[in-house]
Amino acid sequence: MDVNQKSPVEPFPGSVHPSPGGGILVSKLDDVINWARSNSLWPLVFGTSCCAIEMMSAASAKYDWSRFGFEVARATPRQADVIIIAGTIVNKMAPVLKRLYDQMAEPRYVIAMGACATSGGPFFYNTYSVVKGADHVIPVDVYVAGCPPRPEALMHALITLQAKIKDGGLREKIMIDEQKVVGKK
Amino acid sequence: MTKEELKESILNQYPESVFEETGEWLTLQVEPEAFLSMAMEFRSRDAWDFDFLFCLTCVDWKTHFTMVYFLRSLTHRHMLTIKVKLDRNNPEIETVNEIWRTADFNEREVYDLFGVKFLHHHDLRRILLTDDWIGWPLRKDYDDPVNMIKL
Repeated sequence: MDVNQKSPVEPFPGSVHPSPGGGILVSKLDDVINWARSNSLWPLVFGTSCCAIEMMSAASAKYDWSRFGFEVARATPRQADVIIIAGTIVNKMAPVLKRLYDQMAEPRYVIAMGACATSGGPFFYNTYSVVKGADHVIPVDVYVAGCPPRPEALMHALITLQAKIKDGGLREKIMIDEQKVVGKK
Repeated sequence: MTKEELKESILNQYPESVFEETGEWLTLQVEPEAFLSMAMEFRSRDAWDFDFLFCLTCVDWKTHFTMVYFLRSLTHRHMLTIKVKLDRNNPEIETVNEIWRTADFNEREVYDLFGVKFLHHHDLRRILLTDDWIGWPLRKDYDDPVNMIKL
């Protein structure tokens, strides 16, 4: 499953223009900014239920997501880039999730990890208290299947998100274009 | 005391008690009216000394409710299960909050999810659901067309 045909692990964007005394790196500013953003996404600590255990094991020594830049897991949404919804969202938790998402600064991304955050999961039928999918509350970028997904699956989702950001990140692109049209930045 | 000794000593005190033969622990069936006095006796008598109520739940058989109390003695290390049958239309039972304090939150949970009224409980209100929730979700005939998608 590839977002685009390019490999997500690629050298610094741009080309080197040869000149005496080394070279000049010529690139687009958007590409450089996207490269920088995608390689240092700081996740928000948001584990509600069992998927949080798999997220913790993806963060710890054996699978180690800090190789990809997710080193600093911030406890405050004001300093976080990506929120990994690891676990079930119940009706009582939905306004809390919305508030945390609103407090994050742009550009912000959302990964819905596991079956419960994707669609309500095992609690889709006959449950009075579970929100049937986190995308009823906030817009989601990447969905991960699994109950719980293995740590490798979560890493694959993170790498997919990185590829999405390097590609422009579709939601972001729309917003940036609008801002260009209006004249604000 | 072993299971048989416990059964004998309970039969000595309450000759017409009914035991269930299922499970690894001794299971006693009690009427709701006699329940409170028997519970106080189980707590206070030295030979039994059940000072730890480690679980309190309710089961909804479609014709009636059954309250299940799991008791353990930390000094004698024996265990007892008490089952009390309640009427479905008006489920009421005395609280054991004064005898075992752990019953406080557990009884609030049973009230919240089943609607069983615990008489003389000092603060019986919902604990898990929001305070303005209508209905008792864990009953078998609970229906919530807004939230539940029926399979």
